[in-house]
Amino acid sequence: MSAQLSIAKALNEALRKSLENDPKTVLMGEDIGKLGGVFRITDGLQKDFGEDRVIDTPLAESGIMGTAIGLALRGYRPVVEIQFDGFVYPAFDQIVTQLAKMHARALGHVKMPITVRIPYGGGIGAVEHHSESHEAYFAHTAGLRVVTPSNAHDAHWMLRQSIESDDPVIFLEPKRRYWDKGEVGEDPGFPLYSARVVRPGTDATLIAYGPMVKVCQEVAAVAEEDGRRLEVVDLRSVSPIDFATLEESVKRTGRGIVVHEASVFMGVGAEIAARLTERCFYHLEAPILRVGGYHAPYPPSRVEETFLPDLDRVLDAVDRAMAF
Amino acid sequence: MTVKSTARARKKAAPGVPDNRAGVAAPELVQLLTPEGDRVEHPDFPLTTTPEELRSLYRDLVLVRRFDAEATSLQRQGELGLWASLLGQEAAQVGSGRAMRPGDYAFPTYREHGVAWCRDVDPLNLLGMFRGVNHGGWDPNEKNFHLYTIVIGSQTLHATGYAMGITKDGADDAVIAYFGDGASSQGDVNEAFTFASVYNAPVVFFCQNNQWAISEPTTNQTRIPLYRRASGFGFPGVRVDGNDVLACLAVTRWAMDHARSGNGPVLIEAFTYRMGAHTTSDDPTRYRLAEETEAWKAKDPILRLKAHLDKEGLADEAFFAEVEAESEKLGLRVREGVRSMPDPDPTLIFDHVYSEPHTLVDEERAEYLEYAASFEGGEHN
Ligand SMILES: Cc1ncc(C[n+]2csc(CCOP(=O)(O)OP(=O)(O)O)c2C)c(N)n1
Repeated sequence: MSAQLSIAKALNEALRKSLENDPKTVLMGEDIGKLGGVFRITDGLQKDFGEDRVIDTPLAESGIMGTAIGLALRGYRPVVEIQFDGFVYPAFDQIVTQLAKMHARALGHVKMPITVRIPYGGGIGAVEHHSESHEAYFAHTAGLRVVTPSNAHDAHWMLRQSIESDDPVIFLEPKRRYWDKGEVGEDPGFPLYSARVVRPGTDATLIAYGPMVKVCQEVAAVAEEDGRRLEVVDLRSVSPIDFATLEESVKRTGRGIVVHEASVFMGVGAEIAARLTERCFYHLEAPILRVGGYHAPYPPSRVEETFLPDLDRVLDAVDRAMAF
Repeated sequence: MTVKSTARARKKAAPGVPDNRAGVAAPELVQLLTPEGDRVEHPDFPLTTTPEELRSLYRDLVLVRRFDAEATSLQRQGELGLWASLLGQEAAQVGSGRAMRPGDYAFPTYREHGVAWCRDVDPLNLLGMFRGVNHGGWDPNEKNFHLYTIVIGSQTLHATGYAMGITKDGADDAVIAYFGDGASSQGDVNEAFTFASVYNAPVVFFCQNNQWAISEPTTNQTRIPLYRRASGFGFPGVRVDGNDVLACLAVTRWAMDHARSGNGPVLIEAFTYRMGAHTTSDDPTRYRLAEETEAWKAKDPILRLKAHLDKEGLADEAFFAEVEAESEKLGLRVREGVRSMPDPDPTLIFDHVYSEPHTLVDEERAEYLEYAASFEGGEHN
């Protein structure tokens, strides 16, 4: 396609292509029809593909998820939209107890090619339950794959790859970046579960995903003015994690800093830090550091900037890493 | 190429068969005041009111609408992050809210500003959440009005549990749980019906069927009128004209007394209409026709009571002027109050995460303070 698209539009085009390419693909969710979803990601799709394929469901996430599983058993390829991060929890039981385990329980006889799209993360000044980062819950569950794009190209291709996958994929969309534009290329360029070095550097590796990739790129640009060359790796997939790419980078730079919006405690950063410490122990100049949210409920929007990692907090961590 | 498949057409009710479609109001609707403002009687729900009570209800409706309008414009001016307007639903909320006794307890969604008003919650407290300075800025126990719940349907279970507690205490209070037509699809709501029924809990489920769950019409949630759901769970269901404050008052008063007397739960479906957008983030022109909204204007809950007061000569010009002046004053107070509402201290993040000390939270608070102090002026962000 090769075009400048917003992440929102790139996702919309990916859904359109998936609906065109496979008649078994169906979209399900609240307000995804006439409204086109609250973020307009499904804009125009019901008009073009009909109410049987772009389904405005009753307001019941457990129902959406459970019936998607049933449709998958019947040979369909459901793409589920959860309206906001905080509203996936009614579906959590179906996701964790059924979706994640069905393939293993059936000894491989059954596949669960379901994609669960969830706008996630903060920074949009929203009320409660509209700003959460819950990737660790899903990544902790064997049987689920968890991916999150940071730019329009990846948004488009990773969504198409997720829909084509025969495994259940939790597809986390960085909602505060929906309107960021970028080039969407002719082909994916990378397999779905690979990380990507988005900025090469030599002094330390910033590891981020989703909404934090942009922050880390800004950090690297600012650090360069101070003569520090930071490498930025976009993780893209939170489960599985492409440790080979991370290891190669951190062995070269000797320092790693993981940045995510989710609370640091028991977060994805903890897993990355632990594994990189094992794999890169003799190459490390400093412990792997983590920057993220606090161990507290996501706060009211007037103080969310304090909760969210920003340029200063990441730079502060870079200083600490370099001081070792 | 687009692959289009035909959506199966929804069947219309056969001629002569009662139309059970969810969005159709007649004929079961309880009404005590016609849209023209004429008082009618209903055999099951008698109501006697004094002129003073009627005027007081009118005052409630006007002030609640004024507060709501003020909040909508404050959102437009950037003072609030979001607002969920109750426009059109004033009678359902004031009627049911005024049916409560002081010891009764209400569990709202995020739109029950009119019920909050009846429970004497300061309107400014409601706005803190929509401004983004807190997640619900009042003590629920002080006003017997729970915090707003955004996760659709959750509060119906809390209401039921609270009601179960009332039974255990041997008290004669009752609980009212608010939710929408969309929420009726949630598992939680259906589980609440089950628990309430099985434990004979003194809870009234008050569903404001405002015809829309964001962009989805009620027919996306149910194929029978919502109030009839109750019978499957084993308790009574009533559909009331949600734009008729007197009918809402009478039916809710009956239901609360029914519940508090040990007869178990009641489901009330208040048939009403969301005149505005779902929230200030919503654009209803994408999914509903202006004619529909226009048609509902003729059923306006405030005009209806005003017509009644006028016809019966129950209020004079001085009264209406007084209410108008009071509403101006409320608007001003809300406006000024919101504008001067301070941003919280960032350390609010660490307050009340737990009721007892927690080492991690304490550590993170200390780290944050040290970090913030490292900036010029000691303040970050
Ligand atoms: C569990 C959950 N899912 C989705 C949402 C997003 N959402 C907020 S309001 C709403 C529609 C609610 O409709 P209804 O219950 O009819 O109440 P109304 O807003 O019309 O008063 C939706 C889908 C939510 N808040 N919680």
